[in-house]
Amino acid sequence: MAGPIIRASGLSKTYRISEKQPGLAGTIQHLLRRRHRDVLAVDGISFTIEPGEIVGFLGPNGAGKTTTLKMLTGLIHPSGGELEVAGHEPFRRQARFLRQITLVMGNRQQLIWDLPALDSLRVNAAVYGIEEAEARRRIAELAEMLELGPELQRPLRKLSLGQRMKAELLAALLHRPSVLFLDEPTLGLDVNAQARVRDFLADYNRRTGATVLLTSHYMGDITALCPRVLLIHQGQLFHDGSLADLTQRLAPCRQVRLELSDLQPTEAFACFGVIEAHQGHQVRLLVPRAQLTERVAVLLERFAVVDLEVSDPPIEELIGGLFRQRGEASVTGGVP
Amino acid sequence: MKRYWRSLRCFWGTSLAAELEYPLNAAIEFVSVLGNLAGSLFVLQLLFAGGPSLGGWSWSGALVVLGLYTLLDGFTTCVLQPNLSRIVSHVQTGTLDYVLLKPIDSQFWLSARTVSPWGLPAVAAGLGLIGWALAQGGPEAAAGLRSLGAVLLPLALLLAALAILYSLWFVLAALSIWFVKVWNATEVLRYTLVAGRYPVSAYPPALRLLFTFVLPVAFLTTVPAEALLGRGSALWAIGSLLVAALCLAGSRLLWRFAQRSYTSASS
Repeated sequence: MAGPIIRASGLSKTYRISEKQPGLAGTIQHLLRRRHRDVLAVDGISFTIEPGEIVGFLGPNGAGKTTTLKMLTGLIHPSGGELEVAGHEPFRRQARFLRQITLVMGNRQQLIWDLPALDSLRVNAAVYGIEEAEARRRIAELAEMLELGPELQRPLRKLSLGQRMKAELLAALLHRPSVLFLDEPTLGLDVNAQARVRDFLADYNRRTGATVLLTSHYMGDITALCPRVLLIHQGQLFHDGSLADLTQRLAPCRQVRLELSDLQPTEAFACFGVIEAHQGHQVRLLVPRAQLTERVAVLLERFAVVDLEVSDPPIEELIGGLFRQRGEASVTGGVP
Repeated sequence: MKRYWRSLRCFWGTSLAAELEYPLNAAIEFVSVLGNLAGSLFVLQLLFAGGPSLGGWSWSGALVVLGLYTLLDGFTTCVLQPNLSRIVSHVQTGTLDYVLLKPIDSQFWLSARTVSPWGLPAVAAGLGLIGWALAQGGPEAAAGLRSLGAVLLPLALLLAALAILYSLWFVLAALSIWFVKVWNATEVLRYTLVAGRYPVSAYPPALRLLFTFVLPVAFLTTVPAEALLGRGSALWAIGSLLVAALCLAGSRLLWRFAQRSYTSASS
């Protein structure tokens, strides 16, 4: 398909929510006379995604990420703007569109709890009209990629969280969708299981050229998988570009860590940038990006430097800092 | 169509396998069916204590009505309750999202995704009671079954009854899109439909009107029973089929409208 596989233009969603005062009196009043309020969850965002891209979708809780994801999958109707996914208008939920997409939600499962995952996979194969021999072949292929074997024959309730998520991914990909919407696919998984899911997603994207739009609570997922991120805040698109660009935008300085062979007074470093810490032989400075090379050269010339490290502040701290500045307490992409 | 048929086989195969993980349920359901049937027969006997006829119905005729009610109750346990109770939990937990994203009719999925074998004792008891009542009533009791056409009519009216019953359940369950917790309403419906255990003419006039025009209880058991007994009128038969078609169309329209209002559960 030529051109973007996802095209959103001025996309918005307003929810009408009813308001209720706490307590019994509030409940009775709410029953007799309902009061409603319109909440703008997504406020005219525009972006395009090319086929084969892996894009991270970041933002604090309530920023509008899930609402956008649900508009993209066709689950909810946009209040305004235009939307096209895989050449279709999602909300019409035509079968041809639904065969091209999939949605995985880390906190909800589609597999049958009391039965082996294989039984649920047979149901999915039937619903998508995949012949049994072909379904078996696909299951074997995906199971190998996901490192799933006899687990598929055990009742789902007896699997670990990581194994269940891998089985969920298998079920979601059986029909070979070209667009994957992943809403917190590594939620609750331990570090090893997270890494395996990430490796699988990267491998799947490489092998099939599928487009992936991913939201995650774990910054590791985003840094490992997404060359491009969309940062959404209060329903608006704050950033659309690489993580490096976002870091530059949020952090005009880089962190310089020095280890010296002798002791120096703190004032000696004041002219190089902001002194974050100075303890014994260790010094940590924030140096403006534009003067970094020049100042590092002077530091090396002026002091007896044993070790030097230049780095960006952790991205989760930067994003967390941005939303704290804007009055947000909880941040997706923050430290888990 | 082939895809729907294969899906249905998979749906029912997997759900039977899941249900059979808990075999104790079968024994409990069997005892429950026997208890219910014994209670209904006892009440019916009390009603007939005053004379040989109840609202113009003989003992064997009334047993046919009770048999049809037991059959429908079994159908409710087998198909309606396990599927439609899930709509409410799908809405509450947000898993309705997965259903709506499947390339298959969502009403079909929600109505046929699972089947429970625990209603089968009631279905068997209902069929047995109808057969026994028709046999007990003598040749005139089975007057409705003398020709092929006369066999097809009760069958068509039974299908209409199933369609009406299904639509009532589905509409109530679909209301959960707006009101989320509506399961109590389906329980109320189930207990109201208990009125279908006895012929509608056994009730006072006001209730007869209610059970015909507001809650179509009359079309669930009394009308098919009359056809089985060879006393069915064309007007009632046409009315029954019409009500069934309207109920099905209404449930379909409501579901389409409900999907537009669906906002999905928050993450």
